[in-house]
Amino acid sequence: MNGDAALLLLADSRLPAGGHAHSGGVEEAVRRGTVTGAGDLARFLRGRLATAGLVTAALAAAACELAAVDSGGSAGRELRAACDPGPPPADDAADGVPLWRRLDAEADARTASPAQRGAARTQGRLLLRTARRMWPSAALDALARAVPEGPHHPVALGAAAASAGCAPRQAALAAAYTSVTGPATAAVRLLGLDPVTVHRLLADLAPALEDTAHVACASLDDAVPADDEPDGCGAGHHQGRQPGRHPERQAAWQAARWHALPGHSAPALDLLAEGHLTNPMKLFVS
Amino acid sequence: MGAHHDDLHDAAEPHGRALRLGIGGPVGSGKTALVAALCRSLGPSLRLGVVTNDIYTTEDADFLRRAGVVDPERILAVQTGCCPHTAIRDDIAANLDAVETLEERFGPLDLVIVESGGDNLTATFSRGLADRQIFVLDVSGGDKVPRKGGPGVTSADLLVVNKTDLAPMVGADLTVMSRDAAAVRDGKPVLFTSIREDRGAHSVAEWVTHMVDAWRREHGEPHHHAVQSAVQSAARQAPAS
Repeated sequence: MNGDAALLLLADSRLPAGGHAHSGGVEEAVRRGTVTGAGDLARFLRGRLATAGLVTAALAAAACELAAVDSGGSAGRELRAACDPGPPPADDAADGVPLWRRLDAEADARTASPAQRGAARTQGRLLLRTARRMWPSAALDALARAVPEGPHHPVALGAAAASAGCAPRQAALAAAYTSVTGPATAAVRLLGLDPVTVHRLLADLAPALEDTAHVACASLDDAVPADDEPDGCGAGHHQGRQPGRHPERQAAWQAARWHALPGHSAPALDLLAEGHLTNPMKLFVS
Repeated sequence: MGAHHDDLHDAAEPHGRALRLGIGGPVGSGKTALVAALCRSLGPSLRLGVVTNDIYTTEDADFLRRAGVVDPERILAVQTGCCPHTAIRDDIAANLDAVETLEERFGPLDLVIVESGGDNLTATFSRGLADRQIFVLDVSGGDKVPRKGGPGVTSADLLVVNKTDLAPMVGADLTVMSRDAAAVRDGKPVLFTSIREDRGAHSVAEWVTHMVDAWRREHGEPHHHAVQSAVQSAARQAPAS
């Protein structure tokens, strides 16, 4: 099993996890006249993928790796000290809760707009709810305990991917993919665009999606070096590493260089997200 | 879910929780008016929560809050991204989240009403979201609608035909509607109402009361889901206002 089929399920727009009600800023962009047709939309999607898409891809890859490393048991206990020196409840220490909180905080730090944070947590909470029934795992339970208000969407996505049997690169690809497909679908609904034209835009983005997943995994290699990588960006976080317990990875996570994960900002998307909340006639949540 | 996972998210688990009642139907048939009427009639005797699925804005939720028939805090609005039927049938995650939020904040509740956005005759609620469902038509939509059927008309636990006061004005034959509905609904009940004249929709309220009583007999007295609160606490969607 290499996770390919699980990846299809995870990235499918029919996954019942609430994603259909989010436009990723497109509704507000349409309202302001920034996105009026296929040409505008192509630029919007490319920009979104290069910023929010890359950041979420890296976070999803990291969450996938973390879930595989820390699928319950002792890993969290030993890692805890590195991340959260305070004395935790005994229960938390055993399941990697502090590391999940840390990763979620990294997502928070990379999401400037409070509206976007809210939307990301809503989507993450709903995805976690769905994933815990589809692919129950100790890692998903730990994540739910660690972030009761709902983790950021890419964190939930990565943890779900690991539980489904996907590798970090597949989690990154799913995050990059959903960062553009949701907005594209919203534009079809809002502007009445030809759906084939819009899917042509997505097809044109396919190489960029692969590149994004690649760069995301390379950043994860920098943040949490793989101990068996042949070419600096290879087996460690790509198809080679399969989910399961990898206690040998604890040391790497203990010394994680979180700043190596990308933190590209997209001020226009931040403003669109904030502006969306002021729209009294909105159709989408975000 | 396996024994090692405390599954807190399985909506199908009916024990000790409120009856979840879906109310669907075409745009303008009187869904929100029916919700308000039920709140008027049942509010004094049942602990209620309401989730609305407006097509856009929070029009329905605002209407209910202004109507003053239920504590405004107990009404949550869900946005559906142009696809009201998706939110009640294919991807119910946001609605379940809202229902459980109400149960956590105000539980135990006896009845949670989920009002769908106005949709077409094929819209029905997922059984993962609604335990019972009402489909609302109105006579001004045409007296042929029951004959046309569609999953909403044929499968709802109760079909309500509203605005009977308009029948003479729009030339609708209630006898025809009643006969056609009976033919396609396989004995399931149909009630005719004019909520404008009967502000409490008392016949429908009586049916809902029977459903709640039966639910309680079968699944026990609703109790507060404290465990769930521990996992999914406060920072849920705030009441839309």
